[in-house]
Amino acid sequence: MLARRVIPCLDVDRGRVVKGTKFLNLTDEGDPAELAERYAHEGADEIVFLDITAAHERRGTMLEVVRRTASRAFVPLTVGGGVRSVEEMRDVLRAGADKVSFNTAAVATPELLTACAAKFGSQAVVCAVDARRLPDREGEPVRWEVVTHGGRRTTDLDAIEWSVRAVELGAGELLVTSMDRDGTRSGFDTELLVAIATRVRVPVIASGGAAGPDDFVTAVRDGKADAVLAASIFHRRMFSVADVKAAMAAAGLPVRRIQEAIA
Amino acid sequence: MSRAVRVAVLDYGAANMVSITRALAAVGAEVSVAEDPAGMAGVDAIVVPGVGAAAPAMVHLRERALVEPIRDWVRAGKPCLGICLGFQLLFDASDEGGAETLGLLAGRTEPLVDAPTLPHIGWNSVEVVRPHPLFEGVADGSYFYFVHSFVPAPADEGLVIARTTHGRSFASAVARGSLYGLQFHPEKSSEAGLRMLSNFVGLVAAAPGTAARVA
Repeated sequence: MLARRVIPCLDVDRGRVVKGTKFLNLTDEGDPAELAERYAHEGADEIVFLDITAAHERRGTMLEVVRRTASRAFVPLTVGGGVRSVEEMRDVLRAGADKVSFNTAAVATPELLTACAAKFGSQAVVCAVDARRLPDREGEPVRWEVVTHGGRRTTDLDAIEWSVRAVELGAGELLVTSMDRDGTRSGFDTELLVAIATRVRVPVIASGGAAGPDDFVTAVRDGKADAVLAASIFHRRMFSVADVKAAMAAAGLPVRRIQEAIA
Repeated sequence: MSRAVRVAVLDYGAANMVSITRALAAVGAEVSVAEDPAGMAGVDAIVVPGVGAAAPAMVHLRERALVEPIRDWVRAGKPCLGICLGFQLLFDASDEGGAETLGLLAGRTEPLVDAPTLPHIGWNSVEVVRPHPLFEGVADGSYFYFVHSFVPAPADEGLVIARTTHGRSFASAVARGSLYGLQFHPEKSSEAGLRMLSNFVGLVAAAPGTAARVA
């Protein structure tokens, strides 16, 4: 049976892992390859690097990080942030990533998803959907809009419709972040997750709002997510990947427990 | 004095080469990358990796003149491991783009129907149906990383050594002599995956042709 994945996310700036709040007050937290390997040993099912390096400071730093990580952490690696073309995606995959996540670039140029899926297969193309709740209107169902640039810009896209379209265009997976919950530790937006998961056949990764292991259970059970991503609760060592998986297993969800891997 | 087992990973532009080459090196193989038939000279085993679609993969293999050398290699009984798309390519044909594939194993690659989610992405359990040295030291039902939408249907069920279920049950590992195929990615499957690659390298070392060379 397919296990529900637990995915630590690392923000990477100029080749170093950083943490901060909403891209502010960044502090150096170490080497991405080293941290990724540690998470892999702790049972992470996948690692996501989010490159938050400013465009003018790039120059291949991330490719080197990916190369070093793929050489020592033998779990799937997804890179998001800053990839805007088929050529850039090819470079990231050749450096050792398995998937590339598109957010702002996909909203600006939806055909990019199709071009990348045609070239590398849809399994390598993740569409990151950053969604923010629109004010409630009486008698109408709740709606979310797509935001870009880390939440700084709004679009006129409905998050559910955009998710469906992204899959039609070629995305093989959706990384759905609730911008209302991101960084708040108030739990995942399960309404948003289930609204998307019931409309697409591709796996949905839940993101934004994890406070503890119970939230991972809720995202899968109620949100119908296939995988759950979190950053701060792992970095701050509030909970380990193993803690989260223990809670998921106790709730009857299928998870990969590392101690069972080798006889 | 014995030397390390030499493995060439075929690079036809369809795979993350870093993970598979580093994972094989991590289990003690001397790894090289072969972009053409010359790269297969002097090695003990070949690995056909790959993700993506069958039809363009066959085009790339033809462009690099690798199709006949792979067939000759396998028909000579030399060790070969196909991973994911590289596993599917070992069969006769694929429904993905209607491609004629290598024809080294009887059967065709078909869409994974009845799957609750597609692509089948993530860690799924692999149930051993026929004990095989490739799975030595790996607990039955261990999780491995999959990422695919198609699966081969081997005509000879006797070749299947493990099965996995996603909607329906499919062959996730096969073996015929020194030819091995895995639908999952051992190079992305953490300790369990490294153990399988280590077993593969051990099988290569013990293969009659190799044993004579490395001794």
